[in-house]
Amino acid sequence: MADKKAPLPSDDAPLTTRKEDRIEQMGDQLPEPQGDALASKTVTISRPRAELYAFWRDFTNLPRFMENIVSVEPVGEGRTHWTVKAPAGKTVEWISAITEDRPDETIVWASEDGADVPNSGRIDFRDAPGGRGTWVSATILYDPPGGIIGKVIAKMFQREPGIQARRDLRRFKQLMETGEIATSARTRQAHEEEEV
Amino acid sequence: MRALTWHGKHDVRVETVDDPEIINPRDAIIRITSTAICGSDLHLYDGYIPTMKAGDILGHEFMGEVVETGPSSTLKKGQRVVVPFTIACGGCFHCNKHQYSACDNGLPADNQDIAQTIYGQPMSGLFGYSHMTGGYAGGQAEYVRVPFSDIGPIVIPDGVEDDKVLFLSDILPTGWMAAENAGIEPGDTVAVWGCGPVGLFAVQSAFLMGAERVIAIDHFPRRLELAARFGAQTINYEQTKTYEALMEMTGGIGPDACIDAVGLEAHGFFADNVWDQIKVSTFLGTDRTHSIRQAILACRKGERVSMPAVYGGFVDKFPLGAFMEKGLTLKTGQTHVQHYMPGLLNAIMEDKIDTTFLISHRLPLEEAAEGYRMFHDHQNEVTKVVLKPGMTPSPKEESRHGSH
Repeated sequence: MADKKAPLPSDDAPLTTRKEDRIEQMGDQLPEPQGDALASKTVTISRPRAELYAFWRDFTNLPRFMENIVSVEPVGEGRTHWTVKAPAGKTVEWISAITEDRPDETIVWASEDGADVPNSGRIDFRDAPGGRGTWVSATILYDPPGGIIGKVIAKMFQREPGIQARRDLRRFKQLMETGEIATSARTRQAHEEEEV
Repeated sequence: MRALTWHGKHDVRVETVDDPEIINPRDAIIRITSTAICGSDLHLYDGYIPTMKAGDILGHEFMGEVVETGPSSTLKKGQRVVVPFTIACGGCFHCNKHQYSACDNGLPADNQDIAQTIYGQPMSGLFGYSHMTGGYAGGQAEYVRVPFSDIGPIVIPDGVEDDKVLFLSDILPTGWMAAENAGIEPGDTVAVWGCGPVGLFAVQSAFLMGAERVIAIDHFPRRLELAARFGAQTINYEQTKTYEALMEMTGGIGPDACIDAVGLEAHGFFADNVWDQIKVSTFLGTDRTHSIRQAILACRKGERVSMPAVYGGFVDKFPLGAFMEKGLTLKTGQTHVQHYMPGLLNAIMEDKIDTTFLISHRLPLEEAAEGYRMFHDHQNEVTKVVLKPGMTPSPKEESRHGSH
C-alpha cells in the first residue's frame, strides 16, 4: 500500500472537519492568511442570502450580535478599526481591510500590520438546499495572543474565537429570524451586566 | 415581587426578588393568577437536575393577566393568557413546521452548548427549569417575563375560570400529544403506563381519538380511581403481573398502542453521570426503563409505542431486539405546546375534556414551600397543587392539611 504520508482519497466533507490539522489548506482559501489557529462554523438561517449579506456587510452591525466586539468603525477605503474584548478585562485592537467582496456571496478580510491579534477570515453565504434559507459559514484564522497558552486562557474566559464564532453565529441567526437575541435576564440591569 | 426560589435539595423559599422587566421587543410581563407545581418540579426539589443556581425561580405551568408589553408583542394589557412551558421563537425552520419544542432560537446562545453536546442539537428553552434549558425565571411568582409573547401565550375568553384552562400550559397538550403519537385508530385497545396528570390526560385523549378500550397502569389507588372515572380499565402493578394481565385482557395479542407516561417527572436534559446518580440513589432509572421495556414487550406486533415519559440520558437493557423483530414504531418528544393549545382550548370550552378533576389542593403563593413538601410526600392524595398569588394565606393549621 501507499506510503503513510500519501494523501488520503478526498471526500466531500469540509476541510475544517478533518481529523488531522488542515490549517495549511485552509490558508490556501484565504488570500492573505494571518495566524495559525482556526475557527469555523456554519448555521442555517431562514432568510434570503441577499438580506443576510447586506446586514453583515455593514460592519457596524456586527457588535449587535458579536458579544466580544466593543466597536467596529469605518476608517475609509473599505478599512475598519476593530476594538474587541480580551480576557482579564482588556481589549485588543486592529485595522482590518476587505480583500474580497462578492455581493450576496462572500466577504473576505485580513488584519493589517500591527494588529494586536493578527487575523483573517471569510464569511460565505450559500443557498441552503430545499429552499430552507441560507447557509452562513464563518472561517476565521487567527494568531492567539500569547500563543497556545493564551488560547487556553482565552478558552477559560470563553473569549476563545472558536467558542465565540459558534455563539456569535447563533446570535446572528436569532437576530435575523426573530428580530431579537434571546436572553433569560429578568431585569434590564441583569441584562446589561450579562453583556459586559 | 414575591417568588418561589430554589436553594438546594428540599430547600425552596418564597422570597422577595426584583420584578421582571421588558427586555426584548417581543416580551410581555404577566401578572400570575394561577401556577401549578409539576411532577417534574419535584426533580428540581430533590436536587437531581444539574445547572441549578441558588435563587432560581421555579415554575413552568402558569397563567395570568398581561400587565406590560414590548413594542413587538401582539398581546394587550388586561388580556388573560396561558403561557406554554416551551419557549419558542415562531420564526425558525422547526417552528414553521410546528415543532416548537425543537425551536432553534429559544435558548440563549451561550446556553445552547450543553444540549448541543449531549443531544447533537440544542432544543427550545423552558421556563424555570435549570440553566441547561435557558435559565429563564419561572412562573411560581407574582410576575414573569415572557419572551416571544406574540407566539406563545394563548388568550383566554372572559368568564372561563383559571382552573379549567391552566393545564394548557403543559400537561394537557403533553397527554394529548402522547395519544396522537400513539396513532390511535377506532377500535383500538390502548395501554397507558403511569396515571399521573399526563397519563390521565392521555386516557381522556385516547378515548376522544376513538379508542375502544384504555387500560391504565399505576400503583397509587387514587390515581387509578381517576383513570377509571374516565372509563379506563385498571391494573395495579403492585398486586397484578402487568404483562400477563395485558395479554389476558387483549386475547393474547397485546395492546394496539402503548403509552409510557411513567417518569415524566423530569423534562430531560440531564447528563448521564447525573442519570447514573439518580438510578443508584433512587432506583428510578430501573423503574423507568422497566415501563418502556414492558410497553415494547406487551405491544401488539407491528404496532405503536408512544413515549411522553422523559428520558434524559441513556438507558440500560433497552429491548432493541424485540423492538426490531416485532416491527414496532416509537414516537416521542417534548411537547409542541403552541401547536396544540388552540384546539385543546376549544375542547375545554366544549366540555369534551375535563381538566379541573386533577386539582387536589389550592394554596396561596406564600405557602408554596409547603405545597412542594405535600406533593413530594403524599403522591397518592396530592394529585395537583395550584398556587394562587392572589389568595389570602390560610391559617397555619388548615394549610398543613391542604385546602379543599
